Amino acid sequence: MIVAVLQLTLGFYFLGTLLSLGYLLRRSDALARVALGVTCAGCAVHTVLLAFQMFSGDATPWVSFGNALSFFSWSLVVVLLTAVFRQRLYVLGAFMLPLAFLALASTAVLPSENQALHPMFHVVWVHVTLSMLGAVGFAVAFVAGLMYLIQDWLLKSKQFNLLYVKLPPLDVLDRLNQHSIVLGFPLLTLGILMGAMSAQLTLGAYISWNSEQIWALVTWAFYLAVLVGRVAVGWRAKKAACLTVVGFVGVLLTFLGVLFKEESLPVNL
Amino acid sequence: MNVIVVGVSHKTSSVELRELLMVPESRVGEAIRRLMAHPNIHEGVFLQTCNRVEVYAVTDRVDDGVAAVREFLADAHLSLSAERLLPHLYRHAGDRAVTHLFRVASSLDSLVVGEPQILGQVKACFRDASTHNASGVILNKVFQKAISVAKRVRTETRIAENAVSVSYAAVELAQKVFGNLAGRTVMLVGAGEMAKLAARHLVGHGVRNVLLTTRDALRGQDMVDRFHGTFVPFDAFRAQLHKADIVLCSTGAPHYVIGPDEVARAVRERWNRPMFLIDVAVPRNIDPDVRRVDNAFLFDMDDLEAHVEQNREDRRMEAARAEGIVRDEVGVVLRWMQSLKATPMIVELQKYAEAVKQAELDKAFGRFERLTAEQREAMESLASGIAKKLLHGSLAALKDAVRSSSNGSVSADAAGHCYPLEAQRDATESAPVRHPADRSEPGAPPSAAAVTADRENVAE
Repeated sequence: MIVAVLQLTLGFYFLGTLLSLGYLLRRSDALARVALGVTCAGCAVHTVLLAFQMFSGDATPWVSFGNALSFFSWSLVVVLLTAVFRQRLYVLGAFMLPLAFLALASTAVLPSENQALHPMFHVVWVHVTLSMLGAVGFAVAFVAGLMYLIQDWLLKSKQFNLLYVKLPPLDVLDRLNQHSIVLGFPLLTLGILMGAMSAQLTLGAYISWNSEQIWALVTWAFYLAVLVGRVAVGWRAKKAACLTVVGFVGVLLTFLGVLFKEESLPVNL
Repeated sequence: MNVIVVGVSHKTSSVELRELLMVPESRVGEAIRRLMAHPNIHEGVFLQTCNRVEVYAVTDRVDDGVAAVREFLADAHLSLSAERLLPHLYRHAGDRAVTHLFRVASSLDSLVVGEPQILGQVKACFRDASTHNASGVILNKVFQKAISVAKRVRTETRIAENAVSVSYAAVELAQKVFGNLAGRTVMLVGAGEMAKLAARHLVGHGVRNVLLTTRDALRGQDMVDRFHGTFVPFDAFRAQLHKADIVLCSTGAPHYVIGPDEVARAVRERWNRPMFLIDVAVPRNIDPDVRRVDNAFLFDMDDLEAHVEQNREDRRMEAARAEGIVRDEVGVVLRWMQSLKATPMIVELQKYAEAVKQAELDKAFGRFERLTAEQREAMESLASGIAKKLLHGSLAALKDAVRSSSNGSVSADAAGHCYPLEAQRDATESAPVRHPADRSEPGAPPSAAAVTADRENVAE
């Protein structure tokens, strides 16, 4: 059942991605509206999938990395839909939907069965939820940064093409970038703190220096520098866009770190 | 009844000829009266803009109407002979005349396709005609439809989007950098006309602060007054460059007055907030190497032209969609005009029914002299009901037949032969329905006025 719902969601997101990319190549807004409808349908089915993933079995939600990625993907789509409905930024779909699709598609190849954990581990779902929401903030900042760099390049090279017309003004993208990090950073900070606390409770140490923890701390420190740099030395506009695009690599490496740790450890932590 | 248009436009004549045909605003009323004095012209609207002078008219016979309008136009100016004017005149009749008006109002026939002024000019000329009782049922309908078609084209296509003038392109580009321009600061370096025009557009879009600098303090003061700005001495403007979000440069200097180092320093002082620089001077005033500075966006005249050309291309593509809308709406108006052919016959039929009803009632009342007022009222109501019901089917069938047939007179004649009507007029050749309400109230929908006329005839 879960597999069928997952496939249906993936189907909607894939179609939404194709339509959103098609919108970039066509003048009309009609494709964007169709893409929006498909994405809404995908999000609805995805909500059902998440409910299945959370409440099936005896385990606490999110303890498998696959489920956490599914939540990440769902949150991205919710943010996308909010931005589209509120700001009419249809173009965001062409950049965010592929990310959501890839995140969800990767869950299909990851182990999905939840393992029964010690009751102490149950606090881990708060850590995962907060960290994933933080990652969503950085993903949106990454998309805003990427769009900024493209628009910057189009303006500098005087290419007044369809993509130039459809991408938002630089100032809008810079503010989206800033707000996403301002929201994502405290969430990641809290997520890391919760992770450290749960590690202390269960393993007796706040940190065990595995690849996930190292990359999470590196990413956290990087985004702290980006935030402080914006306020203290004016790292904004193109520089901020470059930094957030690079910073998202840290997020992806942290994800990979979790994955490798899952394979090497008998329990999910 | 036929709608015709005769006139000249930027496509068929020089500006000198159009100038001769233009009528000063104070004499428009007199011109309209002169047009309407011609026996072949039943309705008329005189449309004049800087790119066209046209007369729209309703006439019985197209050739006579066209001749009358030509005569009217040739009389516009003493120095204008008919021989000189005729080769430049175009004429359209029927559906082509209506299509022409719809295209004009929708700015599809304009020099700059999609420009917004034409609709206001069409409205103003139509208002003048209404004020001077020159437009009637048909032109009221056609012009009101033209105005609604133009609005539809504007909302359903992107024909009016994107700048097609170089000065306005600067605003669009600035919006691509800053989004909303409200509260931004622009610095004008030099007092070139193009820069002033662009600055006016920018101020119109919310730019709040205007800094001005020029070598000539007198000209500078003039610009300070015009833009309510702040004057910056020319020697000191580089030090204040960082205050400007937008820099508009148009000095007469034969060399660069702003270089990459100055812009890089300004961007640094702005904490990397983007700067938008427009160089409309020829020779250029801003070193092209400024393009290499991060967060500084430099555009010169060629770039602005390229932007405008792209927009023109976009408008041409949208114009094709707009033509489709015009075609649809012309069909609607033509069907309405077709249905007008039945109006005189309908009025006659209603008069006939009323007369028969009244005669029969008079006979009945003569026979029953002691009827109470209530009984008389009941009989009158009964007779009216019967007359209306008997007519209803015939009138509906007549309207349908006229609307769907290519020659409505056939159906109207057939209906006329079924009843002994007093005036057996040819429906197609009848005079237009011109009700006082249509002339005194330009805002009233003409179709409603026509219906009112019919109803009043029934009530007589």
